[in-house]
Amino acid sequence: MLLEVNSVSKSFSGTPVLSDISFHAEEGEIVCLLGPSGCGKTTLLRIIAGLETADSGQVRFGGRSLDEVPVHRRDFGLMFQDYALFPHRDVAANVAFGLRMQALPREDVEARTSEMLALVGLSGYGHRRVYALSGGEQQRVALARSLAPDPRLLMLDEPLGSLDRALREELMNELRAILNRVGVTAIYVTHDQQEAFAVADRVIIMDRGRIVQQGTPQAVYCQPASPWVARFLGLTNLIPGRVISLEPPQVDTSLGPIALRELERIAVGQGVTVLIRPEAALLDGEGSAQQGVALEGTVRECSFRGGHYRLLIRHESGMDLAFELTSGAGSLPQRGDPIALALRPEAISLLEEEVHERSPTC
Amino acid sequence: MRGAGRGRARWQQRVAGLIYLLPLLFLVLFFFYPLVEILTLSLAPEGKLDLAPFRRLLTDPYFARLLGFTTGQALLSTILTLLAGMPAAYVFARYDFRGKSLLRALTTIPFVMPTMVVAAAFTALLGPQGHLNRWLMAVLGLDAPPIHLQHTLALVLLAHVFYNAAIIVRLVGGFWTHLDPRIEEAARVLGASRWRTFREVTLPILSPAIVAASLLVFLFCFTSFGVILVLGGPQLATIEVEIYYQAVPLFNLPLAAALSIMQMIFTFAVMAVYTRIQARTAMPLNLRPAEATQRRLPPLRDGSRQAWQARMVVWASLGGLLILLLAPLLALIARSFSLEGSFTLRYYEALFTNPFQSYFYVPPAEAIRNSMLIAGATVALSLTVGLISAYLLSGPTSPLKALLDPLFMLPLGTSAVTLGFGYIVALDQPPLNLRTSPLLLPLAHTLVAFPFVVRSLLPALRGMNPHWREAAGVLGASPARVVREIDLPIVARALLVGAVFAFTVSVGEFGATLLIARPNFPTMPVVIYRLLGAQGALNQGQGLAMSTLLMIVCAVGFILIERFRVGEIGEF
Repeated sequence: MLLEVNSVSKSFSGTPVLSDISFHAEEGEIVCLLGPSGCGKTTLLRIIAGLETADSGQVRFGGRSLDEVPVHRRDFGLMFQDYALFPHRDVAANVAFGLRMQALPREDVEARTSEMLALVGLSGYGHRRVYALSGGEQQRVALARSLAPDPRLLMLDEPLGSLDRALREELMNELRAILNRVGVTAIYVTHDQQEAFAVADRVIIMDRGRIVQQGTPQAVYCQPASPWVARFLGLTNLIPGRVISLEPPQVDTSLGPIALRELERIAVGQGVTVLIRPEAALLDGEGSAQQGVALEGTVRECSFRGGHYRLLIRHESGMDLAFELTSGAGSLPQRGDPIALALRPEAISLLEEEVHERSPTC
Repeated sequence: MRGAGRGRARWQQRVAGLIYLLPLLFLVLFFFYPLVEILTLSLAPEGKLDLAPFRRLLTDPYFARLLGFTTGQALLSTILTLLAGMPAAYVFARYDFRGKSLLRALTTIPFVMPTMVVAAAFTALLGPQGHLNRWLMAVLGLDAPPIHLQHTLALVLLAHVFYNAAIIVRLVGGFWTHLDPRIEEAARVLGASRWRTFREVTLPILSPAIVAASLLVFLFCFTSFGVILVLGGPQLATIEVEIYYQAVPLFNLPLAAALSIMQMIFTFAVMAVYTRIQARTAMPLNLRPAEATQRRLPPLRDGSRQAWQARMVVWASLGGLLILLLAPLLALIARSFSLEGSFTLRYYEALFTNPFQSYFYVPPAEAIRNSMLIAGATVALSLTVGLISAYLLSGPTSPLKALLDPLFMLPLGTSAVTLGFGYIVALDQPPLNLRTSPLLLPLAHTLVAFPFVVRSLLPALRGMNPHWREAAGVLGASPARVVREIDLPIVARALLVGAVFAFTVSVGEFGATLLIARPNFPTMPVVIYRLLGAQGALNQGQGLAMSTLLMIVCAVGFILIERFRVGEIGEF
């Protein structure tokens, strides 16, 4: 393990910001800290960087404690949320700053600086003033600056946070490509699950100063640890239910009994939550004759999104459910139409916790 | 109907134009005209061109030494002020702690003190009869005062630091407060030590503010008058003091005029350099609110090393400065109540009596009345002229207004003695003879206060949303009603601040007043100057008592300003 964070806690004037945080990162891994704003992820990053001190707990790197290592001796890179570029220095001097701190010979500094500018696609921008750059260009300068000294660990704090949507998409892919090419170990902080899924090898989801789930993006998406995580990931079809039998596994809900593929560690009669992911539904008829759960309701809203369309239906029990269906050549369902759907069993999962009202705010 | 409406609009426009001309007329008559008269006097003392005064300035080594001393002491004062003010600026910018706003206000109080109060305060603390000497004599059992600072450069420098530290603390600290700490953190993460971060990142980014504040301090020290006159004694003279000596005791008006011109050229050159530097080093910064840049001191009960360290930093940075700033003022108060070591009210009583029953003697208390009357008139005058000017500047921008803004600030760059001297040479003869007019002093004070008044009003007027007026109009308010219901309540606070500024400036003004006040109509600072210069413990004591009263007036004024001013990021 390259980076180990062991039960770190921190509070600001009596308010706990981080409680008992433990996680690790392997060499070359991109770990994403994902959570709504105010969940403590930036503070955690600052503790790892050495800009804040933890009240308790320890950060170890390469097997050694970082307690006594000051910020500037850690050889880490940190990309700040709005980049914190030095306004009094031009682009090249910003990128060269960390190299100069290592007292490298001037030729090496210059060579590495142009190499970095080329890496982020800003060759020839060296003499521009940083405030004359667009948001996307500033983001690249910040990335080049933090990568230039070849940090042992790169931390990125909402690196795409201050960009508009179209640019984000483009830079997100580019960022991922650059991080992979450099092969740096990275901790990536964001509140956007799309971004986290696209960039991360492993996602750590945080809520109110605690880690609520860790895993690969796919694992987290398919099996959220709690209704809160599910909602935070944009999964809204959460149906309260009660286990009625284990063989065959079945849960009773207001949509009727739902068959599940397997049930473990659960007793009959226990209150649970059934999660139906939005891509679960097929229009009845398409893949009919499958053994999936049948669902009937009325169309409340249908909005076209290009490759797919989003359907909001109301079940007769009064519950609203949202689905994403692949757009075909046929006409879209109209509001008020009755509709019959088949739910694919692999897109249905069971959460042991019961649903409650608090939903994540981002 | 339509024609009548258009006629009325045109008439209104003309009246508005005339009103807007008023500040310009004021500046022309009471600022430019006296300056032009000085220039004429220096170039043509007898009515025809005669460069003798300037020739003397350039050839007589005395004047080269004078310029050298004036510049040198201003440079030294500026460096010392920077050293004294920067740590406090840092602490106020980066830490948040209980009692901070009070401490910050305390560091600013010296700045609003009249020069005569400063001179009296340092006399009370460090003079031969001052507290420090008495205390040392008592403790060490000496017969003579051990500290001899009276009439030394050291005392002058100390007083200049006392006076101007607030400029550094406020201007640099204010800018520093809004500087995003993440820029410094970025440097730290990239491997820069604390010191290297300060040198390579913080200092360069702060430099426009540091240069601006330093130049202001330099200008104030360069034209320092009252402090040098009283604390420097006859040996030390700045150009400003020399102008006074040449104009009043020696009555060499052409030479005084030439000196004034020389000083003005010098100060305007410094200001020009300053604006050039400002324009060149300006960089758009992502300014952040104080809440985002400051950290609270960790509570001591944590007992951590950091909590202690942070407290040490705060106290080490503020402690020395606070002692330097507060000790003289406290010494002044204490000395004004003590006679031979015991409590007394004699000095205060003496202010209100005429001990010698002399016909020519003016009881000092009358000076209080004079000062109040003049200050009242100054408030009325400067609010009228200042409000019109601020309205003029706050409207939509135009090339003319871009010119007017620095024009209205010009009086700030002109020394008080030069101004008073200009009034002597210009306004005591036709076409404009105001020599015996009671308005002469209020006019001079208005000119000094005018830039401050405009600066206090502008943020409030510029912050006014034009839609508010329109909304009131649409809701049925007549134009007069709009002014009463919308403009006035919003501007009221700023008006109050402007009024208090004008009042404090007028009450404390010394340089111009010393030159133009008639001997039998002195103001408080003039009386303090006379009393401090006179022999005898009673005279000295009365001077200190009068200074204490003046100090209280200005301190109250300062508290009112702090309480009500409309703040803007970076506004002093």
